[in-house]
Amino acid sequence: MSVRVRMPTPLRKFTNGADEVNAQGQNVRALVEDLERKFPGIKERICDETGKIRRFVNVYVNGDDIRFLQNLETSLKEGDNISIVPAIAGGS
Amino acid sequence: MSFVKGLKCRECGQDYPKEPLHVCETCFGPLEVVYDYERIKKALSREKIASRPKSLWRYRELLPIDGEPQAGLYSGFTPLIRAHRLGEALGVKELYLKDDSVNHPTFSYKDRVVSVAISKAIEFGFDTVSCASTGNLANAVAAHAAKAGLTCYVFIPDGLEQGKIIGSAIYGPRTIAIQGNYDDVNRLCSEIADKYGWAFVNVNLRPYYAEGAKTHGFEVAEQLGWKLPKHIVVASAGGTILPKIAKAFKELKHVGLIENDECKIYAAQASGCAPMIQALKKGTDLISPVKPNTIASSIAIGNPADGYYVLQAIKESGGWGESVTDEEILEGIKLLARTEGIFTEPAGGTEVAVTKKLIQQGKIPRDESIVISITGNGYKTLEVVAASVEKPFKISANLKNFDDLYLQLTQPAPGKAMAGEG
Repeated sequence: MSVRVRMPTPLRKFTNGADEVNAQGQNVRALVEDLERKFPGIKERICDETGKIRRFVNVYVNGDDIRFLQNLETSLKEGDNISIVPAIAGGS
Repeated sequence: MSFVKGLKCRECGQDYPKEPLHVCETCFGPLEVVYDYERIKKALSREKIASRPKSLWRYRELLPIDGEPQAGLYSGFTPLIRAHRLGEALGVKELYLKDDSVNHPTFSYKDRVVSVAISKAIEFGFDTVSCASTGNLANAVAAHAAKAGLTCYVFIPDGLEQGKIIGSAIYGPRTIAIQGNYDDVNRLCSEIADKYGWAFVNVNLRPYYAEGAKTHGFEVAEQLGWKLPKHIVVASAGGTILPKIAKAFKELKHVGLIENDECKIYAAQASGCAPMIQALKKGTDLISPVKPNTIASSIAIGNPADGYYVLQAIKESGGWGESVTDEEILEGIKLLARTEGIFTEPAGGTEVAVTKKLIQQGKIPRDESIVISITGNGYKTLEVVAASVEKPFKISANLKNFDDLYLQLTQPAPGKAMAGEG
């Protein structure tokens, strides 16, 4: 099972500059582990020391923020599109 | 001459050069401009500021530009108004309005942040500027870009008020309306900013852009005779202005322009989009995003990136916050208009209604100085209030017709009179 993951600029140094990569995982937690296997060092950029997604990182599955889904336990299926996006401030 | 040392991550403290960067590569924390306050202290005085033109650039040593200002030469220095009639209605002794609804040229506080961002975009050599916006920011970016001769793309959620859409389009940008809410627009823009290399004022120029919001706080202090109010109430959406007002007050003390930087800061949100107020009341600094549902579209941001810093600034200052319903917001708009002759948009109605609520709750005392920040203009959001104001009476051009109408308008209604007599 494979999903597409869009990478923000600060993480592309881990992916040899690729802005999109393929990865595997039953859920977001497993996906992050798979990314770490493929691109060592990337996990600690995405997760804090307790393993949670960092405060200023947003993860979207097919456009939905995982905080509206099941966070790290959000399950994934073949062909899902994942975006990792730094939180950016508003412009009301 | 620049007083900026560089950028620093607010979370992990890593230093970065003065570049169009906005997130820390290590921890994704937001980057903040760092100044050389010792040099600013020597360079800046109350007299020097007073001698300069009445715009936000009178505080330029505390703003992150290297050369001369390139945009917004007439922006800022909006009126601080002693609000006797609104004060009386709210039952408080000393009330002021900081009226950014008449900011030049696009009638919201956003002219402040955009003046700085566009100046910085020009310094960095960008030829295209852009933003994600709920309307006011798009208006400001489009206008300032037109004045500076830059290419402009603005991204907004679909379903905005006409005044906000046309209020951008008139300046000639390309406007892209995204299906979804502001948070969807924001997410797309952070990906576009990555790919297209434009100056997104609230993405890759955010550290510089956000500094412009400090000028709201600088002006309040200067206009009160270089002192702070005891309390200030401001709307919170993405979380830019509130922490920057706090920063402004601290900086003024740091460089010796005021003696006391104590001022309690209160956040105002709409109940239909109040992620920060929910976190504040729960006593957590973890903000759960919400899906916005409120007439206050300009502050309908469910996933506020700087929300954490809003909560920090509120706590540090000893302030608080509240949220109000759409009905209370409409009442707030009307109360301000009918007591002070100022027509604000729903964000301003939220600020007025929240102030009223906090006073009633006893959170804001009645005998201390209070400033309400009015951040936007009601003429942009006419459809929001259209149904709750009196419709014109239509008569022919005939004096008798007016005489009859006048009698009707000034006589008590029959039902009412009867009830009164009984």
